[in-house]
Amino acid sequence: MATIDTQHTDLPGTGDEKLPLWQRYKHGHHWRNADDEFDAAKIGIWLFLSTEVLLFSGMFCTYAIFRLMYPESIAAGSGYLDWRWGTLNTVILLLSSFTMAMAIRNVQLDQQKWARINLLITLFCAAAFLAIKVIFEYIPKWSVGKRPGALFNYPFATESHESVWWGIYYVSTGIHAVHVIGGMVMISWLIYRQGKRAYGPTHYTKMEGVGLYWHIVDLVWIFLFPLLYLVH
Amino acid sequence: MTTVDSNPGTSAGPGHHDEGSYLNSKYGPIATVWDWMTTVDHKKIGVMYLFAVLFMFFLGGVAAIGLRIELLEPTRIVDGEVTGAALSFLVTDGPVSQASAGKAYNQVMTMHGAIMVFMFIIPGIPASLGNFFLPLMLGAKDVAFPRLNLASWYIYVFGSLFGVFAIATGGVDTGWTFYTPYSTTTGGQPQVIAMVLAAFILGFSSIFTGLNFIVTTHKLRAPGMGWFDMPLFIWAIYSTSIIQVLATPVIGITLLLLVFERVLQIGIFDPGLGGDPVLFQHFFWFYSHPVVYVMILPAMGIISEVLAVHTRKRIFGYRAIAFSSLAIAAISFLVWGHHMFTSQGELAAMIFSFLTFFVAIPTAVKVFNWISTLYKGSITFTTPMLYVFSFLFLFSIGGLTGLPLGALSTDLHLHDSYFVVAHFHYVMFGGTVIALLAGMHHWWPKIFGRMYHENGARLGCLLVFVGFNVTFFTQFFLGTQGMPRRYASYVDEFQIYHEISSYGSFILALGFVVHLVVFLHSMFLGEKATQNPWGGLTLEWETATPPIEHNFHHEPVLTHGPYDFDEVVPPGWDPKDYPLPEPPPEGSKH
Repeated sequence: MATIDTQHTDLPGTGDEKLPLWQRYKHGHHWRNADDEFDAAKIGIWLFLSTEVLLFSGMFCTYAIFRLMYPESIAAGSGYLDWRWGTLNTVILLLSSFTMAMAIRNVQLDQQKWARINLLITLFCAAAFLAIKVIFEYIPKWSVGKRPGALFNYPFATESHESVWWGIYYVSTGIHAVHVIGGMVMISWLIYRQGKRAYGPTHYTKMEGVGLYWHIVDLVWIFLFPLLYLVH
Repeated sequence: MTTVDSNPGTSAGPGHHDEGSYLNSKYGPIATVWDWMTTVDHKKIGVMYLFAVLFMFFLGGVAAIGLRIELLEPTRIVDGEVTGAALSFLVTDGPVSQASAGKAYNQVMTMHGAIMVFMFIIPGIPASLGNFFLPLMLGAKDVAFPRLNLASWYIYVFGSLFGVFAIATGGVDTGWTFYTPYSTTTGGQPQVIAMVLAAFILGFSSIFTGLNFIVTTHKLRAPGMGWFDMPLFIWAIYSTSIIQVLATPVIGITLLLLVFERVLQIGIFDPGLGGDPVLFQHFFWFYSHPVVYVMILPAMGIISEVLAVHTRKRIFGYRAIAFSSLAIAAISFLVWGHHMFTSQGELAAMIFSFLTFFVAIPTAVKVFNWISTLYKGSITFTTPMLYVFSFLFLFSIGGLTGLPLGALSTDLHLHDSYFVVAHFHYVMFGGTVIALLAGMHHWWPKIFGRMYHENGARLGCLLVFVGFNVTFFTQFFLGTQGMPRRYASYVDEFQIYHEISSYGSFILALGFVVHLVVFLHSMFLGEKATQNPWGGLTLEWETATPPIEHNFHHEPVLTHGPYDFDEVVPPGWDPKDYPLPEPPPEGSKH
């Protein structure tokens, strides 16, 4: 990446106050330069993403074990999910990942207007994902008794361990949804800060970090979708 | 990079006029408290962590003494009266019964285990001494993400409050392992959930610390410091951090599932609904076994440092020790099954047994290297060094008694007995706590700028060593004779062992009181420490005592290795503390 020269851009009394925020950014006092700081932030984010992968790996592991134990129950439960809603949500999340990546590119090129548009689309997609999830998936299923564990009282269940399937379904998609909400909070923050011109070609660390996070949220869904909706 | 002052920001220029000790307060009392509460200085956060974990150690210790008092005599019914139920008052105002004795015992045992594991020993060394010394040893001004570091402390305090709430209101009797179905059926509903969430929250603080240390080690080493120029303490902390980052999320999802199980009965761990309780054990130990090495690896790092400095000798087998830390971190993920030898298939048990023996190899490599380092060293019998000897002795016993537990045949007899209790206390206490004490004495002058009373500390060390052995060596006998873990009562034949063990624990507690007095005395009345009282060569000794706020006046450049005692006169060396050995005459060099 380009060398970042922020060390000498903030000399007092030179009229720098008029520069946009991203040009006035100063790296932390314990860093030798802004490049090191940026690299460190990226390693930090990647490490954080590895914790996310391991968090969800627990759910995938649970899924695998119960699939081996009760293949019929899992298949029966899976059959109640509508692959069309799942596909729509997958497309929405993929689109949002694309706009997120574009927003970072826009910021790197100082196309602030496009960055804003792309961030807004990303936020909208996240909201749409959750809305579809809640309105067309959680509520209809919950209301007919397709609930996890002891709450399960769907009268037409054909398999004895369907309740376990619903436990896995609600917990894994629920934790994923919490991550989507967390992403929405962070993207909203980015939009607010981007409005203040805090990110530009020489400083976009937080954009990059949230972007990486958003991609992992997308990626987790890419795995959840076939496992829950498509495999019978 | 050869220029010394490569970063003009560090020299006393505009904006960096404060170069006094980090402990000096520029403000009034309230503002000082505010300054500490909002600080992003890794040194202050390290000190805050140190006090927090020591306070938790105190709480957990009180619970331990409570257990030993309860176990002084078995719960018996003599003439219609229940005797030997010392803790019963905790759960009932009415008549003491055997049930109330058992209930109280379970709660205090859970308190001891949960506090000691989640709030003391996991964050213990990395978050306190590691936080303080990792950046100093690397020659950095701070950790990579200072605000994340502070957040980690607050999360730790918040999580601990959750846990203490659960304990204070009574009703958590699941044991620290939260095994299902105990944890889904017993105890008070809000308390058990609060305790599980406490462990979940504490996990975040652990991850943040680990993540911070990994990035700091990668990106903030002083110019000239390659990976193999790092002190071994850093290698140990680095390996620990890898485990923290990779294992903790698994306990996160496990504890979440447990909370859902308890609140919504989702059925994943409940056999009545089709779930599998052993799955919980697998998940739990997939985290909690690697975490055993989160507890012990930093301790090993401290031993490597202290041993080299106090014998004034280059550490034997630097690379072997460094790589064994990484090897332990890697293998630690593959041995979780040995906590479930009796609840899994034979083939799995055999594989896990093999891997358990395998992980002993890098550990033994370290011990042999330490012992070899002692050979022909100029050993000084300072308190830190006495603790190193205690460590070598106790940790070896702890390690070797792990072998009969790792072997499937003997484990059948020994599992879930006091033998296991004694074994892991020899490793956790005889290893980690002893090393923490070694490190605290070794670095105390650097942290607080004052020396401690050497003979007072030696007395404390003696009491701790004797008390510990009396307490726990006895338990090996108890275990081999069949005394099971986690019981409030026992048959009369065991009473003499339990009495000896309990009296030992009182000696142990007395040792800690002595240490507390020595530390308090040192803080207020101790003589001022010199820059480098032990003659260490790592970078933390190259700055003032206590360190200045920005750690170093100039970015340090590495000119010698951390253990080059043969060639280098230590910086800031004051020979009146501990004289350097006479350099050998020219001709005698080989």
